[in-house]
Amino acid sequence: MSVTIEVIKAGALTTVQDLGRPGFAHLGVPRSGAADRSSLKLANRLVGNAEGAAALECTLIGPSLRFDDEALIAITGAEISARLDGEEVALNSAVGVAAGALLELATTSTGLRSYIAVRGGIDAEPMMGSRSSDLLSGLGPAPLKAGQTIATEEPLGEVPAIGVAPVAPPVDIPLLQVVAGPRADWFADDALALLAASSWEVSSDSNRSGVRLVGPELPRLRHDQLHSEGMAHGAIQVPASGQPIILLADHPTTGGYPVIAVVAVADLDAAGQLRPGQRMRFAIN
Amino acid sequence: MSLPPTIRPAGDHSVLIELEGNDAVQRLAAGLEARRGSELEEIVPGHETLLLVWREGAPPIGAIEQLISGAELTAEASAQPAEIELRVRYDGPDLAAVAESCGFSPEELATRHLACRYRVGFIGFSPGFAYLLGGDPALQPPRLAEPRTRVPAGALAIAGPYSAVYPRSSPGGWNLIGSCDELIFNEARNPPALLTAGMAVRLVAK
Repeated sequence: MSVTIEVIKAGALTTVQDLGRPGFAHLGVPRSGAADRSSLKLANRLVGNAEGAAALECTLIGPSLRFDDEALIAITGAEISARLDGEEVALNSAVGVAAGALLELATTSTGLRSYIAVRGGIDAEPMMGSRSSDLLSGLGPAPLKAGQTIATEEPLGEVPAIGVAPVAPPVDIPLLQVVAGPRADWFADDALALLAASSWEVSSDSNRSGVRLVGPELPRLRHDQLHSEGMAHGAIQVPASGQPIILLADHPTTGGYPVIAVVAVADLDAAGQLRPGQRMRFAIN
Repeated sequence: MSLPPTIRPAGDHSVLIELEGNDAVQRLAAGLEARRGSELEEIVPGHETLLLVWREGAPPIGAIEQLISGAELTAEASAQPAEIELRVRYDGPDLAAVAESCGFSPEELATRHLACRYRVGFIGFSPGFAYLLGGDPALQPPRLAEPRTRVPAGALAIAGPYSAVYPRSSPGGWNLIGSCDELIFNEARNPPALLTAGMAVRLVAK
């Protein structure tokens, strides 16, 4: 049965996300999708959805949602307090919701993005094979607004027998593994060492396109204009300011700033959880 | 035979292939596209580069070199690029200033701009935004010092060696010299992008 959900409070930024629309970068369309894909997949698995079903991605301050129908939900990702009719509910667990219940998410205490999967998956019109909201390109459903109603699709398959997943606790200062290049030679010899030796502060200018970092200036060797080239997810772009930007899910497909290093795929989800104001480090692989 | 292309690591799932000029980018992209398996997720042309992204981690460098040399052989036999005509008007807010800075009248600028044979070098910046190469070397104004917060959809623009039509309303730092009514990108259409890399483009006055 489809579940209807009323958005009482939208939170700071709550969007519909699945695993994105890969395969269109040559048309200028970012992959988009969950900034922390493993948390999205886990939330879906817990409620018996396909791993790539659409769920809600909440940013920092979570939403308040009224469930008009009985539902099965799971909340994963950042550490956050979630209450169902005032009762604290466990994260990384399948949780039954009674018809009429109010789910309220507070503000994340560690990490930035929480995922709320609802059994059946969030219903939205797919665009180019995905229900993801791409905020850079304006593709996919708009961010949630208070007063709006959303619904799930009809659930398929069985409810899983195991409803709790063990998840490693988040760390205070995340360490992201990176691979040097493709344009490390555009920087002074000590720039890579400086990237790895420094503690970087996550700027409040960060969004789904990129995490902006504040720290020592990464010195450039070459100052000419780089011709636009394809950008990988996790690319660490360095504009003229010398302050690096890690490209996330909604990043532009091409760019003209040299990329000193690229975050290893295994650590992309951790990059998607970097929270403004916190510190982080890099290790060169 | 030209030199083998330079392969640069771009993380653990992708490589950036550096080539000599955009023609070589188009040839290699076409060759790779023709023999592409499901393991290759993205083939992204740039001005003088091609970014390859694999689904499950990049193969060893030797395998990538083989893939490239095989693709270059396939590409030799590939067909002529598709050609498309775009009807444009020279009525942009920056037309007079750009013409003056290049030493032409607006009419001369339009004539020169129309006379070029363009090719889509690559798509980037926003969905369907095609960087047209092949412009007149006398018409290469720099980007605006202050980008506009809103450029209307369909604006015909130039900056440096490139011309483009903004597919949708967005911020933008290029010089707006005209307009085009063609729908450049529509996510509901298949294919969604009117212009794709390698396509020949002819501009005609509306």
